[in-house]
Amino acid sequence: MTRSAVDEAKPARAREVPEPPADSTGRRRFRTDLVTIVLFLLPALVLFGLLVLAPILLASYTSLFKWNGLGGPPEDFIGLDNFTRLFSDKVFLGDLQHAAILIALTVVFQLPFALAIALLLCQRIRGRMAFRLLFFAPYVLSEVIAGVLFAMVFSPNRGLANHLFGLVGLEDLATNWLADPAVVLYSLFFVITWKYFGFHMILYVAARQAIPDEIIEAATIDGASPWETFRYVTLPLLGPTIRISIFLAVIGTIQLFDLVWVLTRGGPIHASETMAVTMFDFGFVRSQVGYGSAISVVMFMISFVFALFYQRFVMRRDIEGAVTGMRDRR
Amino acid sequence: MTASSPMPRRAFLGALGAGATMLGIGACSSSGDDSGNSGGDPNAAQTIEWWHIQNTPPMLPVWQELADQYTAQHSNVKINITPIENEAFKARLTTVTQSGDAPDIFQTWGGGVLKQQVEAGLAKELTGDLASIKDSLVSTGVQPYEWDGKVYGVPYDIGMVGFWYNKKHFATAGISAPPATWTEFLDAVRKLKGAGITPISLAGGAKWPGHYYWTYLSMRLLGPDGLKKAAADKKFDSPEFIQAGRHLKELVDLQPFQNGFLGAPFDTPDGEAAVMGNGQAAMELQGQWAPAVQKEQSGKDLGADLDWFSFPAVDGGKGKVTDTMGGGGGFAVGKDAPPAAIDFLKFLVTADNQRKAVATGSVLPITKGAEDAIQDARQKKVADAVSKSTGFQLYLDQDYPPSVGQTVNDSVAQLIAGAMSPEDVAKAVTEAAQNA
Repeated sequence: MTRSAVDEAKPARAREVPEPPADSTGRRRFRTDLVTIVLFLLPALVLFGLLVLAPILLASYTSLFKWNGLGGPPEDFIGLDNFTRLFSDKVFLGDLQHAAILIALTVVFQLPFALAIALLLCQRIRGRMAFRLLFFAPYVLSEVIAGVLFAMVFSPNRGLANHLFGLVGLEDLATNWLADPAVVLYSLFFVITWKYFGFHMILYVAARQAIPDEIIEAATIDGASPWETFRYVTLPLLGPTIRISIFLAVIGTIQLFDLVWVLTRGGPIHASETMAVTMFDFGFVRSQVGYGSAISVVMFMISFVFALFYQRFVMRRDIEGAVTGMRDRR
Repeated sequence: MTASSPMPRRAFLGALGAGATMLGIGACSSSGDDSGNSGGDPNAAQTIEWWHIQNTPPMLPVWQELADQYTAQHSNVKINITPIENEAFKARLTTVTQSGDAPDIFQTWGGGVLKQQVEAGLAKELTGDLASIKDSLVSTGVQPYEWDGKVYGVPYDIGMVGFWYNKKHFATAGISAPPATWTEFLDAVRKLKGAGITPISLAGGAKWPGHYYWTYLSMRLLGPDGLKKAAADKKFDSPEFIQAGRHLKELVDLQPFQNGFLGAPFDTPDGEAAVMGNGQAAMELQGQWAPAVQKEQSGKDLGADLDWFSFPAVDGGKGKVTDTMGGGGGFAVGKDAPPAAIDFLKFLVTADNQRKAVATGSVLPITKGAEDAIQDARQKKVADAVSKSTGFQLYLDQDYPPSVGQTVNDSVAQLIAGAMSPEDVAKAVTEAAQNA
């Protein structure tokens, strides 16, 4: 039954694609379309250019100067010195390492955890809507509020975390969550997970609900164990969502700022610093705007290159329809 | 992609959309800035934009009252006051000044940051305007805003950093008198530890409180002139600086700080000031604002238990116990400020008006004669020490250009955390100074 539904879907889609039009009218129509496209894109393009492209170009330009940001345009051209300095700066190399650790932890622990909770909350259990709401709630809070909240929870002398450990007789586990350079990054990851797993969970719940029950039923009837159903039916069908959720998590981690700024300011001794925090520090505190720009340029390049490669190699199947469909219509 | 209803309508809609967008952007960027009337006539109608950081009582209403008084006397002057929280102020001013603008009157601490603003042509020179009142001001108070014989700011507050200590804890530990030398100080720390009391509260996460130790030790070893010379020569790697780092290391090795000090902020309910205010530590090395913040963050008043002593002398050093490191607050005048702005600043620091500010207990007097408004005996000690200074140094993170000052804070924080050696600190600061 399910099988035939899938088979039918394909020719139906093929039928939608119109025949390529005859040559001369086609070209005229193409030109009309182009004008329409340009006109409708113009407002968005203007905004995009002003708020995205122009700052990127400006930052790339100022990153080539030694500039404190005051008194007119930069003059002291130093070529790529800011960048060579950047890649021998221990703090910045630390930032890269922290980003790598946070991304690895996110992909290995946070997302699978969110997936498990999502699948659990798709079962028929009592109060699942309440749980979904509860788990999603932290995502609605601003990062600043979450930061202030956990600065109190993790406070060394008056914090809830150590107090709770004390109550259940685990005093030995109590530690300086935010004040110990060896621990702080993991405390930070905990807060990130608390704040964002609900978001990924909701994505997974939505994707799971889009899978027709018939497919699962069919697998069960065919004798698949629950694990096999998950491994060979649910998981592959969740693939597009999982891929986009990894993408969002990685980009979010690269650009992480608010939470760190409020929670630890990147400290102690830079142990929880991220690229965005270092950039802010140099741009707004140390008034080395040229060097700060160089950091922002590198941040942008990392995100950009990652996004391109990820879309090209990982998400290709997911976005193929959009791109190739367009070409078919020409 | 099924085509096409009549083309003109689409073009029209598109143009409309683009037009509306442009309008929106235009509206955004044309806000602000109509205060730039820098005409010379002091009697012409004028508006002063004033940014200050006393955004909470008791000082907030005092500034408002003085502004109201001034505008009542000068009907042609309007004063727009923008009170901003300290950190937010710094970020906002940075953004505004980067676009080449400056408020007419804005908070400054003098030193390197003000120097950069002056070099960029954002702040006015005030030497001539202030000549008439300069003698009425405490001379150390003007120093942060004065270089090469020129003045660029008007101070409203001057104080210094010293040890605030809990007399009760000192008595419990059997310390009879405040330590006068670094050796005695280390002994006192050992005694306090022995008595089960946390000797020192430190905001390691905020970084700047740590740099006070290194600066004072360097100044006690080199003398204030030696320290100024090092800054001028951009050489911070002389043996004295390394020795200062070693002395600090001696202190750190005694583990004198509160639990979790490495991540501790200064002014939060579990930060340095609160730990001190709650009586959980015996000392903190802080400026004149310390008692106010202790009260505010802990909700308690140490009362008569709190007292103050100067940073101890270091054996064999060239500096004296009476050399002081400190600073205060002041106002700079923006490049396009109307003439009344300077006149208003002079009005703010008359002895009478200073008394009003000083009476709040959160400002120490800058005008001679206003000392009698100090109510608190400890604050009087601080003010006395300031006025009797044999040499004065502004906090290094204010005095030096931001890139150097922050390197000092950062390196000293790493020294205290055990991640840098005294030699590393000297080297890092020298490098930053030479690159600045």
